[in-house]
Parts: sequence; C-alpha cells; structure tokens
Amino acid sequence: MDAYLFIDFGSTFTKLTLVDAYEDNVIATEKSHTTVNNDVAEGYEKALRMLRKKVGKAFNIKKKLACSSAAGGLKIISIGLVPELTAEAAKRAALGAGAKVIKTYSFQLNHCEMEEVKNSDANIILLAGGTDGGNSKSIIHNAKMIAKHKISIPIVVGGNKSCTDEVKEIFGKDIEYYITENVMPKLNTINIDPAREIIRKIFMNNITHVPGMNEVEEKISQVIMPTPAAVLRATEVLSKGSLRESGLGDLAVVDIGGATTDIHSAAEGYPIKSSVLLKGLQEPFMKRTVEGDLGLRYSAKSLYEGSGSLLLKKYLNDKKYNLDEEIDKRYKNVDIVPENEDERYFDEAIAKVCVDISMERHVGKIESLYSPTGMIFYQEGKDLQNLSYLLGTGGVLVNSYNPKNILEVGLNKEENSMILKPRNSKFLLDKEYILSAMGLLSTIDEEKAVRMMKKYIVEI
Amino acid sequence: MQDKKTIVLGVIGSDCHAVGNKILDHALTESGFNVVNIGVMSPQEDFINAAIETDADVIMVSSLYGHGEIDCRGMKDKCLEAGLEDVLLYVGGNIVVGKQEWKDVKYRFNAMGFDRIYPPGTSLERAVEDLRADLYKDHRAAV
Repeated sequence: MDAYLFIDFGSTFTKLTLVDAYEDNVIATEKSHTTVNNDVAEGYEKALRMLRKKVGKAFNIKKKLACSSAAGGLKIISIGLVPELTAEAAKRAALGAGAKVIKTYSFQLNHCEMEEVKNSDANIILLAGGTDGGNSKSIIHNAKMIAKHKISIPIVVGGNKSCTDEVKEIFGKDIEYYITENVMPKLNTINIDPAREIIRKIFMNNITHVPGMNEVEEKISQVIMPTPAAVLRATEVLSKGSLRESGLGDLAVVDIGGATTDIHSAAEGYPIKSSVLLKGLQEPFMKRTVEGDLGLRYSAKSLYEGSGSLLLKKYLNDKKYNLDEEIDKRYKNVDIVPENEDERYFDEAIAKVCVDISMERHVGKIESLYSPTGMIFYQEGKDLQNLSYLLGTGGVLVNSYNPKNILEVGLNKEENSMILKPRNSKFLLDKEYILSAMGLLSTIDEEKAVRMMKKYIVEI
Repeated sequence: MQDKKTIVLGVIGSDCHAVGNKILDHALTESGFNVVNIGVMSPQEDFINAAIETDADVIMVSSLYGHGEIDCRGMKDKCLEAGLEDVLLYVGGNIVVGKQEWKDVKYRFNAMGFDRIYPPGTSLERAVEDLRADLYKDHRAAV
C-alpha cells in the first residue's frame, strides 16, 4: 500500500495523517506530545510507532511532508512607514505567511527600538516602507539601523523598489537579506504574495530554532511551511477549487487553539450595497487574522481579564463556576483535556468567546456619516454578511458534542448591525482534523486535496 | 527628463462629489503628473498618510459642498507635524458657503497655510500652469 504521510509539529501535539496515495482516503491519524524541550524527533517517532500499530499492515510511504508551529511557530517583526499603510501591509503579509507577528514598527526606528528588535526572539524581519517611487528616507534609515545593530536574522525587504540598490549596498555581506516586491506598490494596493513566498522559503531553509528539527528533516522530506500557512492554503484550495474539481466559494475557517484563535477567510468581501463606499487599505482575498489574547489555555487568562469576561459569563448561561479557579487551572496546566461534562461546558463557553470576538475583529465595519447630501456609509475591511460557509477546526470543536452551537456565535443576529459578520452561513466541521494535512497535500496534488476535503469536511 | 512630480488628490471631509475629482485626475495625469487619487470623503489624515508614503510634492484638496473651510482647518499644522513641511497645499472648488468676497476667502485660506487657493470656475489649465511654475524651475520640463 502506497501512502503519503503528513506531519504537523504543533506546540502541544505532533499530529500524523496517513493518506492513501491512490484512493481518496485517510488511512489513519495519530498524535503524540511534541517534545520540543529535548528533541522533536522523539515525539514524532513515538507517534509513528503508534500509527503503524493502528494501521496494522505494512505501508510504503511515498512522500512525507511536514508543517510546524512548534516552539511558538514562525515569529516575525514587521517594519513599515505609516502605521495604517505600509506597516499594516507588511503585517498582513507576515500573517499570510503563517507567522506570528510579535511586533510592528512604523516610521524611522530609534536605537531603543532596535535594541528591542535585537533582543526579541523573532526569526525574520519584514522591512517595508514607501510606495514604489515614493518615500525612500524611512526604509533607508531603517536598513542602516539594522546594519548598524548587526541584526543576525534574515531580513525580507519588501519596500519602495527605488531603494533596492541602496538597501543592498547598506546590507552588503554582513546582513542576510532577501529582496522581494513591495508589499504596497501603490497607495492602498497590497501585494503580499511575493513576500509570503520568500518568507516560506526562508522558514523552510532555516528551521533550526527547534531542537532536533534538523535531524527530523533528514528523516522526513521537508518541513515546508508553518502550520497556519498550511491551513490558509487548504482554505484557499477548498474555496477556489482546482482545475477539475469545483470549490465551495466564499469560506471562512475558525481555528480555536490553546494560545490563539485564527480566522482565515477566502472572500473578496466587497460592499453588498452599491451605496456603500470602500475605504482604507485593500483587503487580501486570503486574509488571516490572529488573536493572541483569545485561546483556551495559554490565553485563557488574557481572555478572561481582557475583553472576554462579560461574554464568558453570558455564554456560561448562569451556570455556577468559580471563574478565577477554572481559568487559572487552564492557564497553568495547558495540557489538560476536559474530563467531565462541567469542564467540557466551560471549555466550550471559552470557545464561544473566542469565536465571537475573533470574528468581530476579522470582519469589516460600516460607519455612517451625516453629510449635507444625506447619510453616507463607508466600509472598512471585508463584508462577510453573505459568506457561504463557516468551517470550524481545532480540538475543542472537533471533540465537541455540538460544534454548531459554538460556530453559531460567529454569526450576526442583530438586524441593523454595523459589524459585517456572516449572517446565514452554513456550518462545516473538519471532524478528522485534517485541514493542515490537506494544505500540505495540495502542494503535491491539488485535485486530490479538494476531493478529500469535500469528502471529509462535513456539514453540521 | 526630470522625474514625474507626485500629487495627492482627493475630496476632503464628508463630501462625495466624485465627478470633478475624476476630471482632475485625468487632466493632471495627461499633463504629466503622477497622480495619487485618494478619492472622495477623505479625512485630512488620509491625504497626509498618502503624501508620506508616496513622497508627494503637492497635496491638492477639493471641496464642493461648502464645508471646505472647516474641513481644511489645521491641515498645514498636521503636515508640519508629519514632516511634510515642503509639500505644497492646493485647494479649490466651492470652498466656502454664500456670497463672500474672494479676497477675504483667499486671505483666510492663505493664513491656514494653503499655497494656492482657487475660486469656483477656475480652469484646469490654470492649475496645471501653477503646478509647473511651483514644481519646475524650467516650466517646459514637465511638458
């Protein structure tokens, strides 16, 4: 039996998905704790042994591919000029590459900020600034600062093309840098794919920050992308379809994790009504937002102490809990899985808060304005009111008895809301937890990936 | 040949008059300028942010609905704050309401830091001529 093996090195679990190379079947999935502290190979080997046992008969692995978010995943610092323009465009490019954006800087950086950059645990810096032919002062200043402070991580340069030669000269041989296209070549027009692709390549070649990963890389084919990038890719392929297989159309994926809640949307999100004007920076068709304060474990505390405490009470429906204790338990012991009905209920309430707030932050908003010619409306961000599908993934949804309940929170129930959340989406569930594996599969065989997703991702 | 000069063009405030904006965009582009059109209903901040990123030479503000004076207040100060001290500010359209003496209006906009102020009915050629005079030492360079 020939098979493909897909590996996802997560922050908690190393997940394996074995897919039949010829039939559109998932043969088996297996997971084991990720062993970041000593050697990721250990967790991988263990999971593989368990997988072999589960399958019970011999199989030949035709190809192995992996994605990783172990050790906090890919961490990027983005630098731009104006916060709402090139700095935002750079941030979106980094998010689209599956990275965690640890900080975004704007304008000309000072020495204190450079110290911060130097002392951070970022893996890559994305340097932008200026439209093509536009401002060159800022990116050149920042390049000089990077050279002066001898920053040793790779720099992706995606700024004003007129400065490319000068930036090359400034970096010389001392700085590892990669020149790519401008993330905002024209005002309010974004171009994030070239930067995304370079970031992915650097990630692929430099994933040395996880102990033992090099050794694993020899055993498996390659760690080809960060896990969120694989999920984003799967979302895109499922939405657009392939040459022979039609896609599902507009689609958003909700991924609730221990540390973050990610929303990936595949939709243009243009205004529905012709009277609404579109403002601000262009939205990418594939948009990913990451909420670092919303999660079930690491981020339970920030969720509770920050924006989510009132909502949490609402979703607990007056069920009595010692909130501080429950939250603390999850924050301190991130590996716990709910063991009884009460714990599950509490986890699902947190998940609802995650879905509610992260959807609200992901979608666009409409603002109204009184003018001498009457009311005027303008929209910033994506309008997802007519979104066809909302797809849930992540342990809490996959293991829930009623995942629909959790996803429903992502919809807008209010009549005249200015928040452009989906209204009548159908719900899908990644019940076999294969989305990242399908993202990897799509790099080998896009047709098969679409067929398998349509088979294994079910409507609920 | 000199590099093209960049103009940030837009209609300020809650003003949604789009036709003049399109005509200006077309005429200025035809005249050899690099036009960055931020469109209608643009707050001061959008003009300024656009000028920073595109390294603009001129910010050209249109206002048709009579609230121009309120909308333009403090714009020069914000430009100074944003490091755009060398960027020229042009304004035109129906920038004030009612029948007012043009020289008073012009004086007030001058005092607000605008370099060129145009009354209703100004021809496009006039603006282009002024732009060339302000931006190129040798007028013919932009032709």
